[in-house]
Amino acid sequence: MNEVNEQIAIDHGLKKDEYKKICDLLKRTPNITELGVFSAMWNEHCSYKSSRRHLKKLHTKGDQVIQGPGENAGVVDIEDDDAIVFKIESHNHPSFIEPYQGAATGVGGIMRDVFTMGARPIANLNSIHFGSIDHEKTRNLLRGVVKGIGGYGNCIGVPTIAGQTCFDESYNGNILVNAMTLGLVNKNKIFYSKAAGVDKPVIYVGSKTGRDGIHGASMASAIFDDKIEEKKPTVQVGDPFTEKLLLEACLELMAGKSIISIQDMGAAGLTSSSIEMASKGDLGIEIDLTKVPCREENMTPYEIMLSESQERMLIVLEAGKEDEAKKIFDKWNLDFAVIGKTTNSKNIELFFENKKVADIPIDFLAENAPMYDRKWIKVKLPKENNFSKDDFKSLKLSDCLNKILTDPNIADKEWIWSQYDHTVMGDTIQKPGGNAGVVRVHGTNKAVAAAVDSSATYCNAHPLTGGKQVVCESWRNMISVGAKPIAITNCLNFGNPEKEKNMGEFVECVEGITEASKYLNYPVVSGNVSFYNETKDKGIKPTPSIGGIGLLSDYKQMITMELKNDGNYLLIIGKTEGHLDQSIFAKNILSNHNGPPPEINLFNEKQNGISILNLKNKNLIETCHDISLGGILTAISKMSIKGNKGVKIFPIEGLVNKFEYFFGEDQGRYIIEIKPENLENVEKILKKDSIHFDKLGIIESDKITYGNELKISIGDIKEGYKKWLNEYMVN
Amino acid sequence: MKVKVIVTLKKGVLDPQGKAIQQTLNGMTFDNVSEVRQGKYFDIEVNENDESKAKSQVEEMCKKLLANLVIEDYKIL
Amino acid sequence: MKSTVIIFPGSNCDRDMDVALKKFGFENQMVWHNDSDIPKSDLIVLPGGFSYGDYLRCGSIAGKSRIIKSVVNFANSGGLVLGICNGFQILTETGLLPGILQQNKYLNFICKNVFVKIKNKENKYFKNIKKEVLELHIAHNEGNYFCSNDELKSIEDNGQIAVTYCDDKGNDNEHNNPNGAIKNIAGIFNKDKNILGMMPHPERMIDPFLSGEDGSLFFENLIGNV
Repeated sequence: MNEVNEQIAIDHGLKKDEYKKICDLLKRTPNITELGVFSAMWNEHCSYKSSRRHLKKLHTKGDQVIQGPGENAGVVDIEDDDAIVFKIESHNHPSFIEPYQGAATGVGGIMRDVFTMGARPIANLNSIHFGSIDHEKTRNLLRGVVKGIGGYGNCIGVPTIAGQTCFDESYNGNILVNAMTLGLVNKNKIFYSKAAGVDKPVIYVGSKTGRDGIHGASMASAIFDDKIEEKKPTVQVGDPFTEKLLLEACLELMAGKSIISIQDMGAAGLTSSSIEMASKGDLGIEIDLTKVPCREENMTPYEIMLSESQERMLIVLEAGKEDEAKKIFDKWNLDFAVIGKTTNSKNIELFFENKKVADIPIDFLAENAPMYDRKWIKVKLPKENNFSKDDFKSLKLSDCLNKILTDPNIADKEWIWSQYDHTVMGDTIQKPGGNAGVVRVHGTNKAVAAAVDSSATYCNAHPLTGGKQVVCESWRNMISVGAKPIAITNCLNFGNPEKEKNMGEFVECVEGITEASKYLNYPVVSGNVSFYNETKDKGIKPTPSIGGIGLLSDYKQMITMELKNDGNYLLIIGKTEGHLDQSIFAKNILSNHNGPPPEINLFNEKQNGISILNLKNKNLIETCHDISLGGILTAISKMSIKGNKGVKIFPIEGLVNKFEYFFGEDQGRYIIEIKPENLENVEKILKKDSIHFDKLGIIESDKITYGNELKISIGDIKEGYKKWLNEYMVN
Repeated sequence: MKVKVIVTLKKGVLDPQGKAIQQTLNGMTFDNVSEVRQGKYFDIEVNENDESKAKSQVEEMCKKLLANLVIEDYKIL
Repeated sequence: MKSTVIIFPGSNCDRDMDVALKKFGFENQMVWHNDSDIPKSDLIVLPGGFSYGDYLRCGSIAGKSRIIKSVVNFANSGGLVLGICNGFQILTETGLLPGILQQNKYLNFICKNVFVKIKNKENKYFKNIKKEVLELHIAHNEGNYFCSNDELKSIEDNGQIAVTYCDDKGNDNEHNNPNGAIKNIAGIFNKDKNILGMMPHPERMIDPFLSGEDGSLFFENLIGNV
């Protein structure tokens, strides 16, 4: 057995003082297996040592919340006996090294988190961020990631209903792949990871254990250097076929009453799953590693404990139920082994070939894991730009619009989502490409909406505002499809927390998320933190991804964003000030990257949203789309392209600068389509609710027109908007 | 000249296809099959008459495109 | 009318098919691939999905499963066998239908609505459907139908082409071919027209809130002719 010393501990990613703390706690030097267990559990990925202190502040409560953060996934009530289990998780580093497998296993991992709780997955989503479109790696990474996400999700038969793709040079050497899954469960049949009772059998099910991904959890928290591409194989290979079998087998077993607790083996594999179950149940656990089904020869206890082979689960069963359970896993041709039992020792005790190879109090690994109060600095609100008339002198509305519609971050993403099966399961009633994906709750009148959002540009300019903005944007996506926003999950992608600037971005984004989610009663019920997203000392822009879900109690009342009928009116809900700083227009047309992000007014945000839901309940809205990147004109264009209808925009009262008006990214706004016969009624209701609105225009012809200043055919803008990504990928 | 390359998953890397094929062969009464691992085969026509030069070019191709050395090995035949 | 949907490990459209069959009046039952007998049925369906992970070749491993012998016997005695997507792939791998489904021409998985033209109505699957062109949905990575020239001639001579990809007007030329299939073939029959394999999923088009409703026409007609 290897002698452990400080250098070996450092090679495992531990700091000197952390290694000293381990020796002090144990009152001896750990052996190599124990060191491996400590390094995995004390790693940022498992221990949340830099983030824990701040995550506590998140708003996680609400009447709808059945389970908040701390479990495999969050659970919310959607009325009757139904509940939705959902979570988002990052798989950034593995996807950069092996995009197909990295993304595929990311999808596999998040689906396991959801079905571990007894839920059948009903929808997948993803948020993916790549480097600049000019970067040599971007195309291949995008192609590989999309194929990996599709390869896994399509095979399992869960529809991928929405997503988000972003390009920015700050991800050149560190892409982001965040995968989200929603599952449906009966709220009286939810399974948790907390073990209970002594001498209960601990069962290993699923695939065999190989040497894949050993120390993947440590890699996930390592900074990339030049040699990253030569790093030893720590990327796991996914087997969606086995996962599909595991899903069906687990759900079959869960229909009975034999499971006490269940946990998937994700990051840090057997180590974190066994320790988590025991720790939550305040128990000890004993495992005979000789009994773990292995794929490769001569695997050591160290390797078995740290392997991140995919498609495996750990279950604590009621004693005596082993045969019943084994029959199910035999039917599905999956490995099944009793590998240990729960104990009252409160230690994790590992045996191998009849020798004890590790004995650690579970407290040391969980509660006593380091927690840091990292230094951080506040980001001041940047000064506003003072654009002069000259900046706009030579610009034409139509040119600007064409340029913005073919901006990589705006252009249509059908090339991506047409590679994902978004219709399997027969309940997808709103496909990708809308405000949010919507799936029916099978066999009921209800439907669940889901979307993922991020806005690194705003978060980078001012993290506090950015954090608030992402939550509001998610809320708006729910409102836009007519769903009542219920809860969110967050994937917090940041740079190196040991740097004050990056830590500050994290702290302030979390603060912003908290403020907005509290005000909107849109609590955070699950999530994950991914730090150390940087390459050669350059961090990514702070990128919290927010996955939101909402409920439609009658799916027939769902709203979509394509324009419907000639002669209908368009209204803008919310006030337009013309904020251009940090907008797509400022970046793309004016090449200006300065200034503050648009301000968030939570009061208006909430009122505007609620008022749209009220109008929907009265059946007064034909179409709705929130105004986000690219402002009003971009929003109209997308609605026109989808519905193949033109719009005549009315003269704008008191207009100062048409570019600011049409491309400004003021928050809390929507465009809604109203039938002429409902117009008076709608205006009355909005006035009564003190909601600011403007009459924007009327649907007619096949052109978007604004006086003599703009006349552009839908066919023309559609061409560029639809083709950009296809053409980029072919070249 | 023509250069032949075989790309296989590294030893120890999970091969889900191989595993499924092996299980099926066992079920079809080929009981004595204990492992199947599958890979890819490439025929590459290189405009180059010097064998060692051609092979070294193909070697570069393997490293840069044909194989991902994180999980795969290549063999030039 | 009794139908049976066979579930292979990795099937994932089995439930969707079950829902559709029941909606249009079939008494449907699900049968596990490892069983050897099929209960009395008027129709057997091999559903879509990724049987055995699509490993080796799509449908190849399912084609060797225990239940397949019963399916072959049922088909040979004139029973109706419908294979959708992966089910189509299994039917070609077992030899019940000629040809093979290769990877899509542009190498990507495709999930979208397509139009198909009905080429032969002298059979129980399409007999009384009034429309000539149906809007259906595809979701596959290997739907590029291929067969030898001799086979193609024999398929054409025997009226075995069931549906071809086309535009909304019924033009089935190469511009409306999503995956590179020979002659735009989206589905074929055996010689006796009791076996149908097709890539599009009618079971995903049975409700106005889904991608469309033309799948309903398919099932309504089928139950009427069984």
